[in-house]
Amino acid sequence: MAISTVDLQAAAGEAAPSPRPAKRQKFRFISNGKTLAGLIILGFYVLLAIFGPILSPYDPDARGSDLISPPTSAHWFGTTHLGQDIFSQVLSGARGVVYVGLLAGVVATVLAVIIGVSSGYLANSGGEALSALSNVFLVIPALPLIIIVASILPSVSNTVIGLVIGLTSWAWGARVLRAQTLSLRGRDYVDAAKATGESTWRIIFFELLPNLTAVIASGFVGTVIFAVLSEITLAFIGVSDPTDWNWGTILFWAQSQQALAQGAWWWFVPAGLAIAILGTALSLLNFGIDEIVNPRLRSAGRIKGKTVRMRIGFTPVLGKDNR
Amino acid sequence: MIEPLIEIKSLNVDYGLGDEAVHAVRDVTLTLHRGEVLGLAGESGSGKSTLAYGMTRLLPPPGVVAGGEVIYHDPERGPYDVLSLTNSELREFRWAETSIVFQGAMNSLNPVHRIGSQLTDAIKAHDPRGSRQAREARARELLNLVGIPGDRMESYPHQLSGGMRQRVMIGMALALEPKVVIMDEPTTALDVVMQRQILGELVQLRERLGFSVLFITHDLSLLVEFSDRIAIMYGGRIVEQAPAKQIYTDSLHPYSAGLLGSFPALRGPKRELTGIPGSPPDLRAMPTGCAFHPRCPKSFEPCAQEIPVLGVPDAPGGSDRTVACWLHPVR
Amino acid sequence: MSYLLKRIAFYIFTAWAAITINFFVPRLIPGDPVQALISKERGQLNADAVHSLYVLFGLDKQQPLWQQYLDYWGQLLHGDLGLSFTFFPSPVSEVISSSLPWTLALVGITTVCSFLLGTGLGVLAGWRRGSWVDLVLPVTTFLSSVPYFWFGLIMIELLAGPDSIFPSSGGYDPGVTPGWDIDFIGSAVQHSLLPALTILISSMSGWILSMRNMMVTVSSEDYITVAHAKGLSDRRVMLGYAARNALLPNVSGFALSLGLIVGGTLLVEIVFSYPGVGFQLFQAVGAKDYPLMQGIFLIITLSVLAANFIADLAYLVLDPRTRKEG
Ligand SMILES: Nc1ncnc2c1ncn2[C@@H]1O[C@H](COP(=O)(O)OP(=O)(O)OP(=O)(O)O)[C@@H](O)[C@H]1O
Ligand SMILES: [Mg+2]
Repeated sequence: MAISTVDLQAAAGEAAPSPRPAKRQKFRFISNGKTLAGLIILGFYVLLAIFGPILSPYDPDARGSDLISPPTSAHWFGTTHLGQDIFSQVLSGARGVVYVGLLAGVVATVLAVIIGVSSGYLANSGGEALSALSNVFLVIPALPLIIIVASILPSVSNTVIGLVIGLTSWAWGARVLRAQTLSLRGRDYVDAAKATGESTWRIIFFELLPNLTAVIASGFVGTVIFAVLSEITLAFIGVSDPTDWNWGTILFWAQSQQALAQGAWWWFVPAGLAIAILGTALSLLNFGIDEIVNPRLRSAGRIKGKTVRMRIGFTPVLGKDNR
Repeated sequence: MIEPLIEIKSLNVDYGLGDEAVHAVRDVTLTLHRGEVLGLAGESGSGKSTLAYGMTRLLPPPGVVAGGEVIYHDPERGPYDVLSLTNSELREFRWAETSIVFQGAMNSLNPVHRIGSQLTDAIKAHDPRGSRQAREARARELLNLVGIPGDRMESYPHQLSGGMRQRVMIGMALALEPKVVIMDEPTTALDVVMQRQILGELVQLRERLGFSVLFITHDLSLLVEFSDRIAIMYGGRIVEQAPAKQIYTDSLHPYSAGLLGSFPALRGPKRELTGIPGSPPDLRAMPTGCAFHPRCPKSFEPCAQEIPVLGVPDAPGGSDRTVACWLHPVR
Repeated sequence: MSYLLKRIAFYIFTAWAAITINFFVPRLIPGDPVQALISKERGQLNADAVHSLYVLFGLDKQQPLWQQYLDYWGQLLHGDLGLSFTFFPSPVSEVISSSLPWTLALVGITTVCSFLLGTGLGVLAGWRRGSWVDLVLPVTTFLSSVPYFWFGLIMIELLAGPDSIFPSSGGYDPGVTPGWDIDFIGSAVQHSLLPALTILISSMSGWILSMRNMMVTVSSEDYITVAHAKGLSDRRVMLGYAARNALLPNVSGFALSLGLIVGGTLLVEIVFSYPGVGFQLFQAVGAKDYPLMQGIFLIITLSVLAANFIADLAYLVLDPRTRKEG
């Protein structure tokens, strides 16, 4: 998982190149190639989550007579040791993955906003305590904690897994938001709002939050990536909703039935690719957001089909060759 | 004294490429002579920094030099165009011939390196064979030159005050005894007393070491005091250029008059403080004709139609001044 | 030095918090899975072992909570983490100490290597931005989104096999006996190659991307322009100025994401049946071996804290601004 520059700088305690005062940036959001590509792939996954279970040609649990069969026209992605259709399992698995990712993302983002913004805005010991709390949660390795909590619970459903992941992974977002809030707090327009006697909550909702949108969005996307990977990982080690398929469950069975040793590559390749492409789409989305927040990252321009290489320290001179 | 040192010829600098380009410096022609202090003034956003960075090819993306020449009259090698140098030739040229003190001098020092090493690495880059001791002695000498004790070599930038950092930058600019020092608002971040003190020292250094200075500021009063000649910039163009005294006593361009009207008289009879109504032009949507005409109290028909060219005016006051204004037709 | 003291205080606090979480998790969650296990194994457990499990998992409901907490700490300080059910009747502490060196060697070394290599490549990618190097970015984006363990499966499929030099599972050849001799170490290194490569490639991509972006961001700072204006060589500006400064946020990012990375890399052990802590965690989850799970969580947390502290020290050396305090 790559960390965006805003996050990195916040991690180092530097004020990141902070978002400019809220202008309508919707169109720029779409016009950025990376965000657009990410959104399109993501849209496809959401459709898969909605319609996947309906579209699957077989019941993913139903056993068949073709055991461990490589891809055929009847079974596009081949079959398992019980003759289950892997294509149907992948299609049905999309829903659980997307649901858990979004649920965890929403829970973690809400917590991150509440904890991060208030710890940044309240310059008192309460703010310090909240910040210490998020730092503690940041260094405690989340995945082992999630594994322990999830496996001690008497029963796990997708909702429970989403909640556990969300409740343990808000800290990164909170830290970044705190750093950004701290740097926004001293701005003129916030001071102006304070001077006119606006209430703290009004200032937070109407002055601060609109300027934190991009950072919040980036944190949300980051958490969804983490949540998807965690959920898959949990399923892979055998902690998952027993009534539902997800891509980690497929990999769990592939691993425990020695798919590798049997040369059954079709058993684990499609599910893994599905995860990797989803992850790539989310990363692209995040890079796009990073470029919007941090304009320095935008790439070099073009003139009449020719790229002029923009190089720091050596401004290009049009019409002259300076190499 | 009247020998030219750097001749900027119809320099154009843009931000961005093709249709999206913003023309921040347009067709600027300006000469810096040997040993003089040339002041460059204009409101914020008039393109002063863009000009300085553009002529040295230090402008960060999306800046692009769109055309023009910057002829440097090298005493040893004769004149050549700085914009045509290859990157490695340019590297040698930099700092040895032209050094720069930047506008954001507060952030000009790298926070993780000691002052000493930031002074010596410039010397080393241009004279790799010199000894370490010689470089350090030179760095100490430079610090003393700008009034900083030599033991500050070991300090990190955050351990210095703003004024000290500024002095370090000025000392650094003199490290290789360049012929030209470009100063982009080197003192705006400092208080007024400190500002004048540093500038006073700078002028003395100039007399001792004999370099030329291109001094950029939006504070015309400083220039009147410290520079030999002044060029006034508006909307990316030079609108007037004359000896400092003449600008102060009888400026020709209404914009220069407006700038002068925005600070109290230094000495002599009190003038009325007027300022300039309106705001600087939007570079993406420049007015037709003279860029200043919408704000100009004296504009008349030709102003909105055609851009006045910069030339020697048909007015008393001598031939060493130029102006671009329809009120003063070119001779 | 006050910076260092603050950090030490923070780590002590975090260690305390982690242990306290470990104390509360089984107590807050309804159902007594441990009780069930104890009843099942009743015949084989001696009274001491039962007592220590009672203390660890709060089965002794008569005791007030604070008394439970004190007992819990007392037991931890004696290094008693209970008995493992999977490796019955070995104590958890013994089980973990047999697997920890494997993980420290594999995950520790590869994580550091991946950070160093990724950062180095990121420096080049950021400096040569806009050139062909940018074409590598989509590949690294993809690789950084792949789950580590799945990538491990692919590596085995592609590189391991009957006549490959890469063994696909285990930590050493079953034929050699563990010990400090050439045979064993050679075999251990050979077995760690493929898991190490897996971790290296998938975690390095993230560092390439973030260092590249940090380089691009830092490159437009004023002091970089000054370095160019001074006519310094390209190398000097790239390494001494841009990379040197871009490294700072990357190091603190490294420290903060250690927890995430270690979580992911442990999973690689499962795929390779590598005899480390991650593989044990997998076995413990499968066997519902709660004492072992909790012990592993504690050990991982403490190791991550220690690694974090080292990264902090590195930061202290790298950034003179943190040194000034005190
Ligand atoms: N990256 C950019 N993209 C587009 N336009 C830019 C960019 N940077 C600067 N400009 C425009 O170029 C013009 C000239 O800017 P410049 O920094 O040269 O002004 P200046 O005269 O130095 O002002 P100041 O006194 O505030 O330093 C401004 O109008 C500014 O809006
Ligand atoms: Mg400027």
